[in-house]
Amino acid sequence: MAFIDYYKILGVAKSASEAEIKKAYRKLARKYHPDLNPSDKTAEAKFKEINEANEVLGDPENRKKYDKYGKDWKHAEEFEKAQKSQQSRGGSQQQHYSSGGSSTGDYSDFFESMFGGSGGGRSGRSSSFKGQDFNAELQLELEDVFTTHKRTLTVGGRSIRLTIPAGVKNGQVIKIKGQGGDGVNNGPKGDLYIRFSIANHTKFKLDNDNLQITVDIDLYLALLGGDVMVDTFDGKVKLKVKPETQNGTKVKLKGKGFPVYKKEGVFGDLYLTYNVQLPTNLTDKEKELFGELSKLRTI
Amino acid sequence: MNLENYIAINDLCAHYEIETSFFTSLSEIGLIEIRTVESHYFLDVENVQTVEKMIRLYKDLNINLEGIDTIFNLLEKIDTLQNELNDTKNRLRLYED
Repeated sequence: MAFIDYYKILGVAKSASEAEIKKAYRKLARKYHPDLNPSDKTAEAKFKEINEANEVLGDPENRKKYDKYGKDWKHAEEFEKAQKSQQSRGGSQQQHYSSGGSSTGDYSDFFESMFGGSGGGRSGRSSSFKGQDFNAELQLELEDVFTTHKRTLTVGGRSIRLTIPAGVKNGQVIKIKGQGGDGVNNGPKGDLYIRFSIANHTKFKLDNDNLQITVDIDLYLALLGGDVMVDTFDGKVKLKVKPETQNGTKVKLKGKGFPVYKKEGVFGDLYLTYNVQLPTNLTDKEKELFGELSKLRTI
Repeated sequence: MNLENYIAINDLCAHYEIETSFFTSLSEIGLIEIRTVESHYFLDVENVQTVEKMIRLYKDLNINLEGIDTIFNLLEKIDTLQNELNDTKNRLRLYED
């Protein structure tokens, strides 16, 4: 367990007055408060640190104990015994910032060893009574979100069955109301925020709700036209290739793209790009015929 | 009027230990909508979470109502930008292979 320098965390000198500590704490709290830094884990961790530092340094009794035994926390227990015998521990009204349902209730091992578990030596109020919000990441494949489906997740030891709407985007966060931690004092439950991480291992590229794919066609089909079977996301379709189709030609298949989020039955488009493949390993006869064709073109 | 989905402002004041004027001021500057029924004020339960956030900013960080309004506008802007960034990142994936 590492020693934590609470003075360093608040950026104050060891000789700092109560007012200076309060000022430093307020300044940092305004910067890292979870309500001002939604979904920012770094800020949340920092806020937890400064809250803990304030619990210690903002309370004269805790500060005294920390200054005396901070670097040698193992002796804190003896100190505690002495303190208990003196019955000197009063209920000071130290201010503690609430966390807006984030998981800032945790204290470091160092803090808990010195001041007891969460709440030990802590007398502050909490203006929030809603349960803790949970954050989870769900990893899916692109194929998984082509259709709306149900999935069971285990979050915070509970199984939650949720509907994943078709067309949900990579990085998108959805809120499931009331599936977070239990509320305090009969307060409402927190919410569950799920961030989707969607991997694409298909041959399609996704651009918003449109899909893109490259289709290889041979030289003769490109020149003379004909039919080609192409893959769409949910099956194959037969397509007519126009005669004299140029390499790189794009074709749009309306409504054959990806489902649009929360718009049932509405799909983006599929864009095909023709890649004309030239023949290789030509036989002598083929070379001769291509030579003739070439002459025809140069006349 | 059906008040099933509404919570009395008085109850909120007692719970959060905050004065009624806080809610009326929020309403006056257009941050929340308060319903009045027979001289009693009510808030839609859907807005409780937002109001809780406002209370935390007000009580924890000593931010006044104009400051809260500004913060909410900025947070909304951040949310929009975050969504745009996400869309842009997804579009960049098109060129990553």
